[in-house]
Parts: sequence; structure tokens; C-alpha cells
Amino acid sequence: MKEKKVLHDLFVTENIHLNKRHFILELKAPGLLPQFLPGQFVQVLVKDSPSTFLRRPFSIHAIDPIKNTFRLLIQIKGEGTRHLSFLREGEKVNVMYPLGNSFTLPSGKNVLLVGGGCGVAPLLFLAGWLKEQNVKVTMLTGWKRKADIFEKEAYQQCGDLLVTTEDGSEGETGMVTGHSIFKSVKSFDRIYCCGPDRMMKAIAHIATRKGVECEVSLENTMACGFGVCLCCITPTTHGNQRVCLEGPVFNTKELTW
Amino acid sequence: MIDFSVIISHLSLKNPVMTASGTFGYGEEFSDFVDLGQLGGIVVKAVSGDNRDGNAYPRMAETASGMLNSVGLQNKGVDYFIQEIYPVIKDFDTNVIVNVSGSTIEEYVAVAEKINELEKIPAIELNISCPNVKQGGMVFGTNPSLAIEVTSAVRKIYKKDLIVKLSPNVTSIQEMAKAVVDGGADIISLINTLLGIAIDADKRKPILSTITGGLSGPAIKPVALRMVWQVSKAVKVPVIGMGGIMNATDAIEFMLAGASAVQVGTANFIDPAVTIKIIDGIEAYCRLHKVGSVKELVGGLS
Repeated sequence: MKEKKVLHDLFVTENIHLNKRHFILELKAPGLLPQFLPGQFVQVLVKDSPSTFLRRPFSIHAIDPIKNTFRLLIQIKGEGTRHLSFLREGEKVNVMYPLGNSFTLPSGKNVLLVGGGCGVAPLLFLAGWLKEQNVKVTMLTGWKRKADIFEKEAYQQCGDLLVTTEDGSEGETGMVTGHSIFKSVKSFDRIYCCGPDRMMKAIAHIATRKGVECEVSLENTMACGFGVCLCCITPTTHGNQRVCLEGPVFNTKELTW
Repeated sequence: MIDFSVIISHLSLKNPVMTASGTFGYGEEFSDFVDLGQLGGIVVKAVSGDNRDGNAYPRMAETASGMLNSVGLQNKGVDYFIQEIYPVIKDFDTNVIVNVSGSTIEEYVAVAEKINELEKIPAIELNISCPNVKQGGMVFGTNPSLAIEVTSAVRKIYKKDLIVKLSPNVTSIQEMAKAVVDGGADIISLINTLLGIAIDADKRKPILSTITGGLSGPAIKPVALRMVWQVSKAVKVPVIGMGGIMNATDAIEFMLAGASAVQVGTANFIDPAVTIKIIDGIEAYCRLHKVGSVKELVGGLS
């Protein structure tokens, strides 16, 4: 049963700047939050930003059912996200939620999560959720350099953390797709992936070649975010599907990228 | 008691606020946010003869105070609409109007003929901003003789209220309005989107897969108001106005310019409940200005 979509003014309880380009916004609802699932996202209205018009979509990064809060991991890309980065504790922000579908449980108990850039956003929530279901999580994340790496401890709490850096300052050198773990990728029951399109496509190809199930979370640009405008579609084996409604999570077998 | 009702040709609206085609799905999708029974009417997503997949992604680009879209009229065709969608939406407590699109005159006629049989659909809105594939892709709504031709072809077989939605991408909107009235339109709605382009300067590429797309949102309001004003002076049929309406004040401006009713489109993406806020805002305006009936506002510029 799909949770009803709502629009609410939420309170900022924390704004944690991880580095120059990434921050975490923790938001609290006036009433009880719905039961979010990993993969789902929210649409945030940016106020007082003259050059932005549409809401901005962000994946749920973490939830705290006791505090009744959830967290968004946001990368500062343009005016909209820059405005949000200035939000202070106690300020209100209008949010539409819960949106989208979610990642699904694997048939086995051993999975690999692959994230690049702010693609790691939904993967932390996913990792914690899988761990609660007694699934063994290996997380592989790709960065430019060691100094960029954030939330290491949070990921390590959910499972094994592997890292690549383009300059070799930490972990293996290069892109995630080149990591040595892919030599034994068949040992995983499923791969979950989120990041830049070309990274997801490359991981999807590896998964197909090695016969491993793979789910990705797409980040197509959206106008409405709740299935009405038909702007965010991605082609699949059963026609154009809305990334905001039939997605953002898709099994790579369905995608005809 | 303020009278919010509006009569447009044979259509009876409980208030002047409707939703624009392509921005409200088929109504169902908004059920979490809006009680459809509160609206004057909804115009559902364009229905074409056959299934249309629409254009390739990317289909949209945010622009200053608006957005460009090139969705490409994605829909599953009229037969699917009649079998799967109509049964779900026919009993909504509001006017359910079907937007009709086509790439040939024959297609418009075929779709209109089928919708004519649907008891609970009181009107169709002819989307003439489509390219005519039989005439090298010339948009029906930019050529007066094509506009007359398609309107009169549909008029011959469609027995209920015929709304024709005008494209603003023309030199003389009055000429286009007169043409469709000559063709038999009962009501005119305008404006559809303005043709525009968005460019990614870093990638040095157009953002939309189709390069050009339709501009909507507050950016187009002054153009839309001007065209509603011009058209309502040029023809005698009632006019439904749209183009960047975000709040009640915008809606009232369109009525003052000559519109008997308004359609709210892009604003729904940002606030799915905006139509209700607009209805409430119109009521507040009427109380403040001691307006007894919204009909007084139509063409009410002094």
C-alpha cells in the first residue's frame, strides 16, 4: 500500500557541511513521518532564489524514527542547492514526500553497493536497511582524492568499505569500475548502484556480463517529481517509464539505455 | 453569497479555475493533494489516435521563471483512454474535458468522433499546436487555413462544446482566433507554450533532445495576458486564459483581460494544491472588492 504523498513545512534540525561541496540537511516533520524505504526521495522547494523555479529532488540519505527526522545528502551544484546550503537550524523548508519506489531485498545474503559522487546518498540508507535484514554488505565508493572522502564511519558500521581514488591517495587507484572486487563479482547475489549515468551503465554492463542481478537508482532531471509531467522518463523494455514514479530504482534488465 | 459559477457556451463550471492539459495527468494522480470536486474543470492529457512514446530524454530544462518542455504528447492513444482511463475518471465531480491532438486532420477527426460518444465528457479541447505531418510538419495552429480546416473537420462530427487551444507562436493571434471561430469553435483557450531553446554552455549543447521546446511558467504571463486581451476583443466566443498563472491575482488578471475562466498548468508541479489556493484567493479578492459574482470580472478592465 503506497503511502500518501504530502506537502509539509519541515524544520531544519541540522545542517552539517562535510566539505566545500557537500552538506547534510536533517529535517524534522511536525507530525509522524511515513515509513521511508531506501531509494525513495523528496522534492524540496527552494525559497528566495530568484533564478530557480522548480523543486529539487534528493534521495533519503538516512532516517531516525526515534527523533522523527530524516537526512538528505546534498551536493552544491547550482543556485538552488547553494541556497539550501545556507539553511540554519530552526528554519522551515517545504518538502513533498514520500516519492518514488525503492530498492528491493536480494534473494541471497551477500551484496555489493557501488556509489560515485553524491550517488552515495541513497546507498547509506540502503546499507543500513540491508544490514538490519541480515544481508552482508560490501560498499565500494569512488572519489577524486582522500580528502574528499566523507562519512567513512557511517558506511563502515553497515559493512565492509572499499574505496577508489583517482589520484591513488586512498584505496585503489582509478575509477570504481576498475576495482579488483569485480574480479570476484560473481560471489555477490546482487549489485546496487547509484552515481553518474556513465558509471551506472558501466556497472550494469559488468553485472549483465557476469550474470549478477543489478539495481540502479537513476537521477533524471524532473519537473513535478510525482508522475504527472512526463519529463523524467527513461526508456525500458516496457516503454518509457517515469523515474519519479516507476523509478528511481530500476532493475538493469529492464533498462534500454 | 459570492457567485463563483461560470457558464462557457454549454459548460457549467462551479468556479473559473480549471487545470491545463499535460500538467494534471488524468486527475487521479492528484488525489493525494486535491479534492477534484472543488475544481471548475480539468483538461486531461492530450489523447492521440495511436500510442505515442513521446520524445527522447531530456525533455525539460528549467529556465528563468519557467521551464521548457518537449514531452512530445506521450500517451497510449484514444482506444486505451476509452477502455482504461475514462471508466476511472468519468465520475469525477467536475467537468472532465479531453484534449485532442493529431498529426493529420484524419487523426483529429477519428479521435474526436470516439470522444463524442463518451457520455460524461462535455467538451474537447483541440490542441492545434501539433505539426501536420502531411504538410512537412507545419504546425496547424500557425497557419490560418489549416486551423480552419482542422476545426471545421472536427466540428462536422463533434456535437458538444468544441474548445480550440491556440498556439502563441504566430504573428497575429487575432487572425488565428477568427479562423478557428469561422471553423466552428465554441470556445477559445490560450496560450499554449512559446517556442524556446535552452543551452548548456559547459557542454556546448542544447539541453533538450529535440533542441527546441515549449516555454511555460510565470515568464510567459505578459504575453499570454496580451493575447487573451487581443482575442477577447477580436471574437465573440468565450475565452479561457492560461499562461504562467501561479496565484489568485494572476487568475484575476486573466479574467480582467477577457477570460471567462482560467487554466492552471505548470504551477501544479511546484504546488500540487495550488488550484485550491487560487480558488480561495479569488474568494478573498471578491470579498475585499465587494464583487458579487466573478462574471463581473470578465473583461473588467477600466
